[in-house]
Amino acid sequence: MSEFEPKIIAFVCNWCTYAGADLAGTSRIKYASNVRIIRFPCTGRIDYMLILKAFENGADAVIVSGCHPNDCHYTSGNFHARRRWIVFKELMDFLGFDTRRVFFSWVSAAEGAKWASLINEITDEIRKIGPFKDYIKLKSIGKNTLGEII
Amino acid sequence: MARIGVFICHCGENIGATVDCEKVAEIASHYPGVVYSIDYKYMCSDPGQNLIKEAIKEKNLTSVIVGACSPRMHEPTFRRVCSESGLNPFLCEMSNLREHCSWVHFKDDVTTEKAAELVRILVEKVKRNKPLYPIKVPVTKTALVLGGGIAGIQAALDIANSGLKVIMVEKNPSIGGHMAQLSETFPTLDCSQCILTPRMVEVAQHPNITLYTYAELEAVDGFIGNFKVKIRKKAKSIDENACTGCGICSEKCPIKKIPDEFNAGLGLRPAIYVPFPQAVPNKPVIDRTRCTYFLKGKCQFCVKSCPANAINLEQEDEIISVDVGAIVVATGFDIKGTDFFPEYGYGAYKDIITGLQFERLASASGPTLGEIRRPSDGKVPEKIVFIACAGSRDPAKGIDYCSKICCMYTAKHAMLYKHKVHNGEAYIFYMDIRAGGKMYEEFVRRAIEEDEVNYIRGRVSKIYEKNGKLIVKGVDTLLNSYPVEIEADMVVLATAIVANSDSEQLAQKLHISYDSYNFFSEAHPKLKPVETNTAGIMLAGACQAPKDIPESVAQASGAAAKVVALFSNDELTREPIIAQVNRTAPPIYSTCVGCFLCQSVCPYLAIEREEIRTRDGKLIKTVAKINPGLCQGCGTCVALCRSKSIDLQGYTNQQIFAEIMAIYNRREEYVRV
Repeated sequence: MSEFEPKIIAFVCNWCTYAGADLAGTSRIKYASNVRIIRFPCTGRIDYMLILKAFENGADAVIVSGCHPNDCHYTSGNFHARRRWIVFKELMDFLGFDTRRVFFSWVSAAEGAKWASLINEITDEIRKIGPFKDYIKLKSIGKNTLGEII
Repeated sequence: MARIGVFICHCGENIGATVDCEKVAEIASHYPGVVYSIDYKYMCSDPGQNLIKEAIKEKNLTSVIVGACSPRMHEPTFRRVCSESGLNPFLCEMSNLREHCSWVHFKDDVTTEKAAELVRILVEKVKRNKPLYPIKVPVTKTALVLGGGIAGIQAALDIANSGLKVIMVEKNPSIGGHMAQLSETFPTLDCSQCILTPRMVEVAQHPNITLYTYAELEAVDGFIGNFKVKIRKKAKSIDENACTGCGICSEKCPIKKIPDEFNAGLGLRPAIYVPFPQAVPNKPVIDRTRCTYFLKGKCQFCVKSCPANAINLEQEDEIISVDVGAIVVATGFDIKGTDFFPEYGYGAYKDIITGLQFERLASASGPTLGEIRRPSDGKVPEKIVFIACAGSRDPAKGIDYCSKICCMYTAKHAMLYKHKVHNGEAYIFYMDIRAGGKMYEEFVRRAIEEDEVNYIRGRVSKIYEKNGKLIVKGVDTLLNSYPVEIEADMVVLATAIVANSDSEQLAQKLHISYDSYNFFSEAHPKLKPVETNTAGIMLAGACQAPKDIPESVAQASGAAAKVVALFSNDELTREPIIAQVNRTAPPIYSTCVGCFLCQSVCPYLAIEREEIRTRDGKLIKTVAKINPGLCQGCGTCVALCRSKSIDLQGYTNQQIFAEIMAIYNRREEYVRV
């Protein structure tokens, strides 16, 4: 079997991190190709259900990244995201979820290099932690060992 | 049934060299719903665009995916192509294969796989896209200009000269701002008032400008094109129509020893006063915090002396409501006082003054009529020390930034002093000389070479008084930190420019963002320097960051141009990326339960309460309703909604879940478990 390649989903805001990732591109900074970016207008839009869905669907790590505090295009969306994030992470931890797989970061439109190094660091870290397998358990609920629905 | 067309662009070598575009197009053709998939060298070129247009018509496409550069680059282009072919532009999505894939990864199969997956994500999204239509909102073609300094004046005149109505609000009794206080301006040394006062008069006399002085912004409601503004006109205690501005009242006022704001505290004024002789409007106001009548209930000397019977001590604050389409914020700046500097005696020494106070000393209309005399005993100082960067660029004082104009005005001050006191000695302690600007460096060199100003590179650690002299202790870092001690007669601090003390409250009233120093934030540091993040509100002048006069004027004209462009349309169109509360048939009406949590997080106050009633007026339920003109589409309410009753058009839950589901298709693995 080939080496484990982490699957990472990044939820980013359109105004800062998406533009920052664009800047990494225009600056031709190479980084790990494990990340898939999903564009949101603002981190405030990111419902924690989406993060759970990403894990349920087989992601090994999820990144939420938006504008730095005070820089939000919509004044305060990133603050709501941050507040929601704190509660969500505590809750996940309490439920026994490995919170090392969820990342929160501020990457501005001027921080292409930061975006690239962030992805590289996270990819390396997840390589060490290994693949996320709990979702398979989740999917097998209600099924017998042959995969048939009980 | 969706009929999706996928168009993969090579972008010359930019994508094609790293990603196997043909293969991506081939893989995409097997995605469910895709009926047409093709790659092309340059999709944004004319032939590329025609390729899309023809495919839309021939293949009867219902939606389009373009796999090319960043949507921030060419989304408008391809959406326009779609709309020209009769397809709703919001049924076109772009997959970012260049910035997010080919440019950041090496050429291998994994990169091509990623590209194909990026396309699949958007294919799944676009299946769930709905046609959206731009929102049209009417425009009130009147602009509000906050602040009557040079930036506000410039913006107001530019807008008014385009034939549009302007309302100007100034908190002081006269317009003119800080520029009216200046003596002469760098680098030309022309008199500040000579170039400013004609413009002040022009504002007052312009048929398109309504001027409210001694007034403040009370509240702002509404959105671009349709702001509803309340202005508090503070009581001047004067009937402005009756007053002739003769000035007898000021002469008769028994209270005469109030530090004069216009002269930066160096002069005195009565309680009923005109801030300066060239004030616009040139009519007095009563300072109610100092007037004997308002403090003790008697006096009324001014009432008895007024030949026009214009004084009205019973006058009350007036709230004026106006409708405007755009707002230009030009509220300017403040400067730190000498009391901010413990090392320089906390402002206890009278002969340590600020740069603004020196301007008044040097000004022909100032308290000394332009003679440089020190405040303590009125003597002509023989030695002046100027300290640049007093507070600025000093993290220990919490001001990390450069105040930008101090290098220049300190050079100007030293020059003016040398011109007026020929045998005087001027010393300037500086950190760096920042003279970027047209003719600025030459100006500083002139101060050094022609006017023999002594520049000492170093900081001043302490100033104390000894035998009537101010002992300035510092170092000269160009002489290996050699200690320097100067016995000065007067010290001028180029104190830091800071945001107005009420700028935070103003920003919150306007719903615009501000930085950690309370200066207002522009929408984009490079490409949108005059707009704020709130559509329809522009910035001009030093309320955004420290600026000199030419820069303030340029920005004000820029803001005015933005306003005029906005008003050139009768209706505004906005992207329909806004939130919506679902509505269903009775008896449910909406899944919204009316908790209004959304209302508490909406940064734009776009969420209103809507009462659903029966025909005879009985209340059934109260639900949230989004005002489409106010909503900017951040989606914070969507994520927060407990009953999932709000959705964001263009980023619906359905669309985003589909995107996530499309990323890693591991269903086969599930079955194997």
